[in-house]
Amino acid sequence: MAGGGWFARWPVIRQLRGQDGRGDAARSARTDALRPRVEEADSVARSVCPYCAVGCGQLVYVKDGKVSQIEGDPDSPISRGRLCPKGSASKQLVTHAGRQTAVLYRRPYGTEWEPLDLDTAMDMIADRVLRTRRDTWQQEHEGRVVRRTLGIASLGGATLDNEENYLMKKLYTALGAIQVENQARI
Amino acid sequence: MAECHPVGFQWVVEARARGAKVFHVDPRYTRTSALADRYTQIRAGSDIVLLGALINHVLSNELDFREYVLAYTNASTIVSEDYRDTEDLDGLFSGFDHETRSYDPASWSYEGAPEEAAAGERAEQVEGGRAHARTAGPDQYGAGGAAALPRPAADPTLRHPRCVYQILKRHFARYTAETVEELCGVSREDFAELAEAITANSGRERTTTWVYSVGWTQHTVGVQYIRTASILQLLLGNIGRPGGGILALRGHASIQGSTDIPTLFNILPGYLPMPHAHRNETLDDYLARAGGDTGFWGRKRAYMVSLLKAWWGDAATEENGFRFDHLPRLTGDHGHYNTVMGQIDGTVKGYFVVGENPAVGSSGGRAQRFGLANLDWLVVRDLALVETATFWKDGPELETGEMRTEEIGTEVFFLPAASHVEKEGTFTNTQRLLQWREKALDPPGDCRSDLWFYYHLGRLIRERVTSEERDLPLRELTWDYPEEGEHREPSASAVLREIGGVGADGQALSAYTELEPDGSTRCGCWIYCGVYADEVNQAARRRPGREQNPEALEWGWAWPANRRILYNRASADPEGRPWSERKAYMYWDEERGEWAGPDVPDFEKNKRPDYRPPENAAAEDALSGIDPFIMQTDGKGWLFAPAGLSDGPLPAHYEPFESPVRNSLYGQQCNPGLRTYPRPESPYNPERSPRFPYVLTTYRLTEHHTAGAMSRPLAYLAELQPELFCEMSPTLAADLGLANGDWATIVTSRTAIEARVLVTERVRPLRIQGRVVHQIGLPYHWGWGSGGLVTGDVTNDLLPIALDPNVYIQESKATTCDVRPGRRPRGGDLLAMMEEYRHG
Repeated sequence: MAGGGWFARWPVIRQLRGQDGRGDAARSARTDALRPRVEEADSVARSVCPYCAVGCGQLVYVKDGKVSQIEGDPDSPISRGRLCPKGSASKQLVTHAGRQTAVLYRRPYGTEWEPLDLDTAMDMIADRVLRTRRDTWQQEHEGRVVRRTLGIASLGGATLDNEENYLMKKLYTALGAIQVENQARI
Repeated sequence: MAECHPVGFQWVVEARARGAKVFHVDPRYTRTSALADRYTQIRAGSDIVLLGALINHVLSNELDFREYVLAYTNASTIVSEDYRDTEDLDGLFSGFDHETRSYDPASWSYEGAPEEAAAGERAEQVEGGRAHARTAGPDQYGAGGAAALPRPAADPTLRHPRCVYQILKRHFARYTAETVEELCGVSREDFAELAEAITANSGRERTTTWVYSVGWTQHTVGVQYIRTASILQLLLGNIGRPGGGILALRGHASIQGSTDIPTLFNILPGYLPMPHAHRNETLDDYLARAGGDTGFWGRKRAYMVSLLKAWWGDAATEENGFRFDHLPRLTGDHGHYNTVMGQIDGTVKGYFVVGENPAVGSSGGRAQRFGLANLDWLVVRDLALVETATFWKDGPELETGEMRTEEIGTEVFFLPAASHVEKEGTFTNTQRLLQWREKALDPPGDCRSDLWFYYHLGRLIRERVTSEERDLPLRELTWDYPEEGEHREPSASAVLREIGGVGADGQALSAYTELEPDGSTRCGCWIYCGVYADEVNQAARRRPGREQNPEALEWGWAWPANRRILYNRASADPEGRPWSERKAYMYWDEERGEWAGPDVPDFEKNKRPDYRPPENAAAEDALSGIDPFIMQTDGKGWLFAPAGLSDGPLPAHYEPFESPVRNSLYGQQCNPGLRTYPRPESPYNPERSPRFPYVLTTYRLTEHHTAGAMSRPLAYLAELQPELFCEMSPTLAADLGLANGDWATIVTSRTAIEARVLVTERVRPLRIQGRVVHQIGLPYHWGWGSGGLVTGDVTNDLLPIALDPNVYIQESKATTCDVRPGRRPRGGDLLAMMEEYRHG
């Protein structure tokens, strides 16, 4: 806009003078100085929304080692940049205060959580898997070889990656654990 | 769809803007209804009546797409003279054994199928046989479905009284506009408008599509709901064509992927069945029974051997059956609900729960929690402390005094998970499209990907294995993935490459047709073969949609072979020409001698439309140039299923297990094969019980996700939908003396929960069999924990554990309940009230 002091450029004045308040006349100097936070991101990753199975494209912006914004990916032929309320809120999904970041342990009959080192937890879980497998192993059932354990079960997979499901099924099958299920059954 | 898959719904809105007519049939009025041309309210659990009446309308007025039906479906096939329909047996098909409550499907077979004893087990395999009723149903036959004669006897005039077309006509004759009115509560006018619209919009020039979600699957007749829609769409020529199909909208980011590469008990990757102890002693036994030998499923040996080679590498040889013996064997139902009963009984001792929350998300939550409380150990991996991890500390059974923390012996490990932005990998979306996610940053603290967890757990277990024979499958397992970064993250691309398959030269394969039965190829999931073609992660391709045609073949990668519309050979007529210019898609290019069009042909590229198979041809060579359904043994769309289903070759309407309505179509009230677990943890409402007079249905809201662990802790979403509510009509609210915003208690035989009442015209009383039936609706996103900023009672606690006999999915979309004004009783008072409901 040509000419005029700060007063003449004040949006209220411009709108009172008849300019369209939904257009340029709504802009102030402060508006013009604002920059999108995605512009300052250190990196951007091409991702996919983790909620339903439509598979909307997401752009995940990272600044100073933290997710600074998650937006729809306009390149996606599925979503064309759009996200629903959940997808739009997914920055909170990965940054909310209720997210647990430490291993917790509850001993049998315990009344409280206790902290536990991740490596120790992994060792303890591996020991339990092998112990339960040994204690409940069925080599035969009704006269037929079955090579399995009905002592170990697993639930989950629909929210995970294909690669994760693959390692789960592969490992469980090698262990002889057959009661492996996920949300697709539900 | 607008509620639960909002961004996908933009395409429906676009279609409508271009002239498409949108009908919404649902027990509740939603944002979808608001944007539809017509909303039709239906009684939950009655859809087969509506769909069956549409089929009857098509058949009695001869509105089927005859040329398509004759060429591409089994309409002309003649069925065994032993077959008896529900019309003859008052709601049962022939072959039902009342003692075992299961069918012997032998009488449903095509005429001329080998039935004599001499054919022995082969007969059982060809047409299903009794054994199939004891397995987990259709997928025991793999992706090809049950086998049938590739060239059965047929009557192309469709006049033979035992041809499929005539059987269908007779079977569906009683499904009329009157029965729709009587059982669905849908007016004759609304039905007539829908029937007119779908038939006018099908045929050469036009197509109609049906979209469904768990509103169709979560029933004791869920599989047959989908069958009914399939029959209708095949009759109208709406399969394999642009704008056609039956579109399943799935509810989790990779629930399709976790079915393809299954964390499911009854299948192996690529829908290969898990072996069964009593039938599959050797690889040859297994392959002989795992579906047919014609069509692309006829290559099943290549698929299976390549999988075994991917898992056991050099240890898997021709001599040792490629280590087929390393696979554990099934002996029946090992599904989710059966496993929970095993936990309560003490046979299941250890439980991994990974990104799922059964204490809130599964039907009959009390049974779930009694199971959890009886484990030796439990590992929960999630972003937040879900109720499944904390039930011992704050579960509802502590309040009622049924459990005490210090008496629960379950050892619990909670391991925090990496989020979707903190790991790389692929999701498979609802259209079978694999999309690779780049990692944005490292996970915080102890958070790790599930890939990390299972890789390192496997590594630790393999370090501990012994020389015992039992441990051989673990010792020989291929488990050497490259590690990356300070957390020693296994390489997700290396895993994806193993899934996609490699050839004898160690190079990535391009298509599943390259898989060999001799052990020279390795492939972790044959339907994903080619996802790493040319050593390129095809799922990571990101050519912008605006630079491509609508198929967008260079965005991600769709299985199989990057095809976007399955069975797209059917988009052309038998001669290979488009059915019409308006609906042109794939066609035979005579000059180039190949199938052409905007998609990857779902057909052998150079198979001529006039190809006819020689005698005794195998695999795809046995299918002619006019057989579009290339996974079926006969290449045809099955209007009538001669085998493969445990509850009948055709759909029949059965009432939900808990229903206030008598089945007026047949003497048979419910699905005769449905599964229940009658025991104290899983009680049922009596049929047509006056104590539970209302129909209850459950659903999702746009602003929340399933059991709530991914939405209730988020401030934006918690604020948008802060509280559990119960939708009911003004009439019912007035009857019960309830006003909008009041508390109400909803009761079933399982338990009682409380919710705020939402009095709304969106739910209307229905007139069923001449009397008023009220429906109420409850979303199911609330629970007491999960780090939720908002909490509430668990809706799924109300639901029965009554399962579809084909797939063991529970009936959570239609049950019965009572509603009482006021909040639910607390502590022991709740138990006293429940006792009264069950026995008083």
